[in-house]
Amino acid sequence: MRWGVIIFPGSCDDQDVFDSLKIDLRQKVKFLWHKDELAGNYDCIVLPGGFSYGDYLRCGAMARFSPIMQGVVKFARSGGLVLGICNGFQILCESGLLPGALVRNTGLQFVCQQVHLRVEETDTPFTGAVKKGQLLKMPVKHGDGCYYADPQTLERLHRNRQILLRYVDPKGRATTAANPNGSLENIAGLCNEKRNVFGLMPHPEVACSRLLGSEDGAKIFSSIAAARTDRAKSHG
Amino acid sequence: MRVKIFVLLKNGVLDPQGNAIERSLHSIGYEEVHDVRVGKYLELDVDAPSRAAAELRVREMCDKLLANTVIEDYRFEISPES
Repeated sequence: MRWGVIIFPGSCDDQDVFDSLKIDLRQKVKFLWHKDELAGNYDCIVLPGGFSYGDYLRCGAMARFSPIMQGVVKFARSGGLVLGICNGFQILCESGLLPGALVRNTGLQFVCQQVHLRVEETDTPFTGAVKKGQLLKMPVKHGDGCYYADPQTLERLHRNRQILLRYVDPKGRATTAANPNGSLENIAGLCNEKRNVFGLMPHPEVACSRLLGSEDGAKIFSSIAAARTDRAKSHG
Repeated sequence: MRVKIFVLLKNGVLDPQGNAIERSLHSIGYEEVHDVRVGKYLELDVDAPSRAAAELRVREMCDKLLANTVIEDYRFEISPES
Protein backbone atom coordinates (compact mmCIF):
# COMPACT_ATOMS: atom_id res chain seq x y z
CA MET A 1 0.00 0.00 0.00
CA ARG A 2 1.56 3.28 -1.17
CA TRP A 3 0.31 6.63 0.07
CA GLY A 4 0.99 10.09 -1.35
CA VAL A 5 0.44 13.22 0.74
CA ILE A 6 0.17 16.46 -1.22
CA ILE A 7 1.80 19.63 0.07
CA PHE A 8 0.07 22.81 -1.08
CA PRO A 9 1.41 26.25 -0.15
CA GLY A 10 -0.26 26.76 3.23
CA SER A 11 -0.88 23.08 4.05
CA CYS A 12 -0.18 22.58 7.74
CA ASP A 13 -1.30 19.03 8.55
CA ASP A 14 0.83 17.34 5.87
CA GLN A 15 3.51 16.28 8.37
CA ASP A 16 0.91 14.94 10.84
CA VAL A 17 -0.68 12.80 8.11
CA PHE A 18 2.76 11.59 7.03
CA ASP A 19 3.81 10.71 10.59
CA SER A 20 0.60 8.95 11.56
CA LEU A 21 0.74 6.82 8.41
CA LYS A 22 4.45 6.07 8.75
CA ILE A 23 4.86 5.71 12.50
CA ASP A 24 1.44 4.66 13.80
CA LEU A 25 0.28 2.61 10.82
CA ARG A 26 3.66 1.56 9.37
CA GLN A 27 2.70 2.46 5.82
CA LYS A 28 4.81 3.56 2.85
CA VAL A 29 4.29 7.30 2.44
CA LYS A 30 5.69 9.97 0.14
CA PHE A 31 5.19 13.70 0.03
CA LEU A 32 3.97 15.14 -3.27
CA TRP A 33 4.60 18.75 -4.27
CA HIS A 34 1.63 20.72 -5.64
CA LYS A 35 3.61 22.04 -8.61
CA ASP A 36 4.65 18.57 -9.80
CA GLU A 37 2.66 16.24 -11.95
CA LEU A 38 1.23 13.17 -10.27
CA ALA A 39 3.69 10.47 -11.27
CA GLY A 40 4.34 7.03 -9.82
CA ASN A 41 2.11 4.34 -8.45
CA TYR A 42 -0.06 5.22 -5.50
CA ASP A 43 -3.00 3.46 -3.89
CA CYS A 44 -4.27 6.46 -1.97
CA ILE A 45 -3.66 10.20 -2.36
CA VAL A 46 -4.27 12.36 0.71
CA LEU A 47 -5.09 16.07 0.54
CA PRO A 48 -4.22 17.29 4.05
CA GLY A 49 -5.66 20.11 6.12
CA GLY A 50 -4.35 23.63 6.35
CA PHE A 51 -4.92 26.94 4.63
CA SER A 52 -3.87 26.38 1.03
CA TYR A 53 -3.21 29.69 -0.73
CA GLY A 54 -4.12 31.48 2.49
CA ASP A 55 -7.80 30.52 2.03
CA TYR A 56 -7.95 33.54 -0.30
CA LEU A 57 -11.19 34.00 -2.27
CA ARG A 58 -12.71 30.76 -0.88
CA CYS A 59 -11.17 27.82 0.98
CA GLY A 60 -9.71 25.44 -1.59
CA ALA A 61 -10.63 27.62 -4.58
CA MET A 62 -7.09 28.12 -5.80
CA ALA A 63 -5.52 24.83 -4.73
CA ARG A 64 -7.96 23.22 -7.11
CA PHE A 65 -5.93 24.69 -10.00
CA SER A 66 -2.54 23.47 -8.70
CA PRO A 67 -0.75 21.46 -11.40
CA ILE A 68 -0.95 18.22 -9.38
CA MET A 69 -4.75 18.40 -9.17
CA GLN A 70 -5.20 17.48 -12.84
CA GLY A 71 -3.46 14.21 -12.07
CA VAL A 72 -5.54 13.74 -8.91
CA VAL A 73 -8.78 14.18 -10.89
CA LYS A 74 -7.59 11.60 -13.46
CA PHE A 75 -6.47 9.26 -10.66
CA ALA A 76 -9.90 9.53 -9.02
CA ARG A 77 -11.77 9.02 -12.31
CA SER A 78 -9.79 5.81 -12.88
CA GLY A 79 -10.84 4.48 -9.46
CA GLY A 80 -7.85 5.52 -7.31
CA LEU A 81 -8.58 6.29 -3.65
CA VAL A 82 -8.55 9.97 -2.68
CA LEU A 83 -8.92 11.20 0.89
CA GLY A 84 -9.45 14.89 1.68
CA ILE A 85 -9.17 16.05 5.28
CA CYS A 86 -10.48 19.49 6.31
CA ASN A 87 -8.95 21.88 3.74
CA GLY A 88 -8.49 18.78 1.58
CA PHE A 89 -12.26 18.18 1.78
CA GLN A 90 -12.83 21.81 0.73
CA ILE A 91 -10.47 21.35 -2.24
CA LEU A 92 -12.30 18.17 -3.32
CA CYS A 93 -15.64 20.04 -3.26
CA GLU A 94 -14.18 22.99 -5.17
CA SER A 95 -12.72 20.66 -7.80
CA GLY A 96 -16.05 18.91 -8.32
CA LEU A 97 -14.83 15.50 -7.11
CA LEU A 98 -17.33 15.74 -4.26
CA PRO A 99 -20.76 17.41 -4.35
CA GLY A 100 -21.76 20.47 -2.33
CA ALA A 101 -19.62 23.09 -0.61
CA LEU A 102 -18.17 24.04 2.77
CA VAL A 103 -19.03 27.51 4.02
CA ARG A 104 -18.41 29.66 7.11
CA ASN A 105 -19.38 27.98 10.42
CA THR A 106 -22.83 29.21 11.45
CA GLY A 107 -21.41 30.36 14.81
CA LEU A 108 -18.81 32.45 12.91
CA GLN A 109 -16.15 31.12 15.28
CA PHE A 110 -13.18 28.92 14.50
CA VAL A 111 -13.97 25.63 16.27
CA CYS A 112 -11.22 23.54 17.83
CA GLN A 113 -12.53 20.62 19.88
CA GLN A 114 -12.99 16.87 20.12
CA VAL A 115 -16.14 15.60 18.40
CA HIS A 116 -17.99 12.31 18.26
CA LEU A 117 -18.80 10.90 14.86
CA ARG A 118 -21.28 8.18 13.94
CA VAL A 119 -20.30 5.91 11.07
CA GLU A 120 -23.33 5.79 8.73
CA GLU A 121 -22.11 3.49 5.96
CA THR A 122 -19.45 0.81 5.96
CA ASP A 123 -19.49 -0.46 2.37
CA THR A 124 -16.69 1.90 1.35
CA PRO A 125 -12.89 1.57 1.33
CA PHE A 126 -12.74 4.31 3.99
CA THR A 127 -15.03 2.82 6.60
CA GLY A 128 -14.84 -0.92 5.85
CA ALA A 129 -13.06 -1.82 9.10
CA VAL A 130 -15.67 -0.06 11.26
CA LYS A 131 -19.14 -1.18 12.32
CA LYS A 132 -22.21 0.69 11.15
CA GLY A 133 -23.37 3.04 13.91
CA GLN A 134 -20.00 2.88 15.67
CA LEU A 135 -18.85 6.11 17.31
CA LEU A 136 -15.42 7.58 16.61
CA LYS A 137 -13.76 10.37 18.56
CA MET A 138 -11.44 12.82 16.85
CA PRO A 139 -10.81 16.57 16.75
CA VAL A 140 -12.08 19.27 14.41
CA LYS A 141 -10.29 22.58 13.86
CA HIS A 142 -11.76 24.83 11.20
CA GLY A 143 -13.57 28.09 10.47
CA ASP A 144 -15.32 27.03 7.26
CA GLY A 145 -16.71 23.56 7.87
CA CYS A 146 -20.44 24.04 7.44
CA TYR A 147 -21.50 21.58 4.77
CA TYR A 148 -24.07 22.83 2.28
CA ALA A 149 -25.76 21.17 -0.66
CA ASP A 150 -28.96 22.07 -2.52
CA PRO A 151 -32.04 19.86 -1.91
CA GLN A 152 -31.56 17.82 -5.13
CA THR A 153 -27.93 17.08 -4.27
CA LEU A 154 -28.88 16.15 -0.71
CA GLU A 155 -31.52 13.80 -2.08
CA ARG A 156 -28.87 12.11 -4.24
CA LEU A 157 -26.54 11.78 -1.25
CA HIS A 158 -29.31 9.93 0.58
CA ARG A 159 -30.28 7.73 -2.34
CA ASN A 160 -26.68 6.64 -2.97
CA ARG A 161 -25.84 6.43 0.74
CA GLN A 162 -22.90 8.80 0.36
CA ILE A 163 -23.06 10.34 3.84
CA LEU A 164 -20.43 8.38 5.79
CA LEU A 165 -20.00 10.39 9.02
CA ARG A 166 -22.29 12.56 11.14
CA TYR A 167 -21.53 14.73 14.17
CA VAL A 168 -23.29 13.21 17.18
CA ASP A 169 -23.34 13.54 20.95
CA PRO A 170 -21.53 10.93 23.11
CA LYS A 171 -24.72 8.82 23.01
CA GLY A 172 -24.75 8.78 19.23
CA ARG A 173 -27.60 11.23 18.66
CA ALA A 174 -27.25 13.75 15.80
CA THR A 175 -28.45 16.76 17.78
CA THR A 176 -28.05 20.46 17.00
CA ALA A 177 -25.83 20.85 20.06
CA ALA A 178 -23.49 18.14 18.75
CA ASN A 179 -23.09 19.95 15.42
CA PRO A 180 -19.97 22.14 15.75
CA ASN A 181 -20.38 24.17 12.56
CA GLY A 182 -24.02 24.09 11.45
CA SER A 183 -23.50 21.47 8.74
CA LEU A 184 -26.62 20.31 6.94
CA GLU A 185 -27.98 17.19 8.69
CA ASN A 186 -24.84 17.08 10.89
CA ILE A 187 -22.80 15.87 7.90
CA ALA A 188 -19.12 15.49 8.81
CA GLY A 189 -17.92 13.37 5.89
CA LEU A 190 -19.16 12.02 2.57
CA CYS A 191 -17.99 10.11 -0.48
CA ASN A 192 -18.65 10.33 -4.21
CA GLU A 193 -21.04 8.01 -6.04
CA LYS A 194 -18.24 5.63 -7.03
CA ARG A 195 -17.19 5.48 -3.37
CA ASN A 196 -13.49 6.05 -4.06
CA VAL A 197 -13.25 9.73 -3.02
CA PHE A 198 -13.88 10.65 0.62
CA GLY A 199 -13.84 14.06 2.31
CA LEU A 200 -14.22 14.81 6.02
CA MET A 201 -13.76 17.87 8.21
CA PRO A 202 -12.48 16.03 11.36
CA HIS A 203 -8.83 15.02 11.59
CA PRO A 204 -8.11 11.27 11.78
CA GLU A 205 -4.35 11.94 11.53
CA VAL A 206 -4.22 13.48 15.00
CA ALA A 207 -6.24 10.66 16.52
CA CYS A 208 -3.96 7.71 15.82
CA SER A 209 -2.23 7.25 19.16
CA ARG A 210 -3.30 7.01 22.76
CA LEU A 211 -0.93 9.83 23.59
CA LEU A 212 -3.15 12.20 21.60
CA GLY A 213 -6.37 11.15 23.32
CA SER A 214 -7.84 8.85 20.68
CA GLU A 215 -6.84 6.07 18.34
CA ASP A 216 -10.10 6.16 16.39
CA GLY A 217 -8.60 8.03 13.44
CA ALA A 218 -6.43 5.01 12.71
CA LYS A 219 -9.62 3.09 11.90
CA ILE A 220 -10.13 5.24 8.82
CA PHE A 221 -6.55 4.70 7.63
CA SER A 222 -6.56 0.98 8.40
CA SER A 223 -9.90 0.60 6.57
CA ILE A 224 -8.20 2.05 3.49
CA ALA A 225 -5.15 -0.17 3.87
CA ALA A 226 -7.33 -3.27 4.33
CA ALA A 227 -9.49 -2.40 1.31
CA ARG A 228 -6.43 -2.08 -0.91
CA THR A 229 -4.90 -5.32 0.37
CA ASP A 230 -8.17 -7.19 -0.31
CA ARG A 231 -8.30 -5.79 -3.81
CA ALA A 232 -4.70 -6.78 -4.50
CA LYS A 233 -5.52 -10.32 -3.37
CA SER A 234 -8.68 -10.66 -5.45
CA HIS A 235 -6.82 -9.35 -8.48
CA GLY A 236 -4.28 -12.10 -7.95
CA MET B 1 -11.91 47.68 -19.93
CA ARG B 2 -12.77 47.97 -16.25
CA VAL B 3 -14.88 45.18 -14.79
CA LYS B 4 -16.78 45.30 -11.52
CA ILE B 5 -17.84 41.89 -10.23
CA PHE B 6 -20.33 41.23 -7.43
CA VAL B 7 -20.48 37.80 -5.79
CA LEU B 8 -23.25 36.98 -3.33
CA LEU B 9 -24.38 33.82 -1.54
CA LYS B 10 -27.43 32.29 -3.20
CA ASN B 11 -30.84 32.65 -1.66
CA GLY B 12 -31.32 29.65 0.59
CA VAL B 13 -27.66 29.45 1.60
CA LEU B 14 -27.36 30.53 5.20
CA ASP B 15 -25.39 33.76 5.62
CA PRO B 16 -24.26 33.89 9.26
CA GLN B 17 -22.23 37.07 8.71
CA GLY B 18 -25.29 38.79 7.24
CA ASN B 19 -27.39 37.64 10.20
CA ALA B 20 -24.85 38.94 12.71
CA ILE B 21 -24.67 42.31 10.96
CA GLU B 22 -28.46 42.52 10.84
CA ARG B 23 -28.70 41.88 14.60
CA SER B 24 -26.02 44.46 15.18
CA LEU B 25 -27.88 47.06 13.10
CA HIS B 26 -31.07 46.33 15.04
CA SER B 27 -29.26 46.76 18.33
CA ILE B 28 -28.09 50.28 17.39
CA GLY B 29 -31.54 51.41 16.35
CA TYR B 30 -31.97 50.43 12.70
CA GLU B 31 -34.94 48.11 13.22
CA GLU B 32 -36.16 48.72 9.67
CA VAL B 33 -33.30 46.58 8.24
CA HIS B 34 -34.03 43.08 6.91
CA ASP B 35 -32.29 40.40 4.89
CA VAL B 36 -28.64 41.53 5.15
CA ARG B 37 -26.37 39.58 2.80
CA VAL B 38 -22.58 39.81 2.76
CA GLY B 39 -20.72 39.22 -0.49
CA LYS B 40 -17.53 39.99 -2.36
CA TYR B 41 -16.75 42.84 -4.69
CA LEU B 42 -13.92 42.56 -7.20
CA GLU B 43 -12.57 45.05 -9.73
CA LEU B 44 -10.23 44.22 -12.55
CA ASP B 45 -8.89 45.51 -15.88
CA VAL B 46 -9.23 43.25 -18.85
CA ASP B 47 -7.78 43.60 -22.36
CA ALA B 48 -10.40 42.69 -24.95
CA PRO B 49 -11.19 43.70 -28.54
CA SER B 50 -14.85 44.29 -27.74
CA ARG B 51 -17.31 44.47 -24.91
CA ALA B 52 -18.89 41.18 -25.98
CA ALA B 53 -15.52 39.44 -25.98
CA ALA B 54 -14.76 40.78 -22.50
CA GLU B 55 -18.16 39.60 -21.27
CA LEU B 56 -17.52 36.09 -22.52
CA ARG B 57 -14.13 35.92 -20.80
CA VAL B 58 -15.35 37.41 -17.52
CA ARG B 59 -18.28 34.99 -17.39
CA GLU B 60 -15.79 32.13 -17.81
CA MET B 61 -13.56 33.50 -15.03
CA CYS B 62 -16.52 33.76 -12.69
CA ASP B 63 -17.74 30.23 -13.42
CA LYS B 64 -14.25 28.72 -13.06
CA LEU B 65 -12.73 30.60 -10.15
CA LEU B 66 -14.21 33.86 -8.91
CA ALA B 67 -17.53 32.38 -7.77
CA ASN B 68 -18.51 28.91 -6.63
CA THR B 69 -21.85 28.50 -8.37
CA VAL B 70 -22.86 25.75 -5.94
CA ILE B 71 -23.31 28.43 -3.27
CA GLU B 72 -22.88 31.80 -4.97
CA ASP B 73 -24.47 33.97 -7.67
CA TYR B 74 -22.54 36.67 -9.50
CA ARG B 75 -23.14 39.63 -11.78
CA PHE B 76 -20.77 42.09 -13.35
CA GLU B 77 -20.59 45.49 -15.03
CA ILE B 78 -18.13 46.43 -17.77
CA SER B 79 -17.15 50.00 -18.48
CA PRO B 80 -14.85 51.07 -21.35
CA GLU B 81 -12.56 53.35 -19.34
CA SER B 82 -9.80 51.78 -17.26
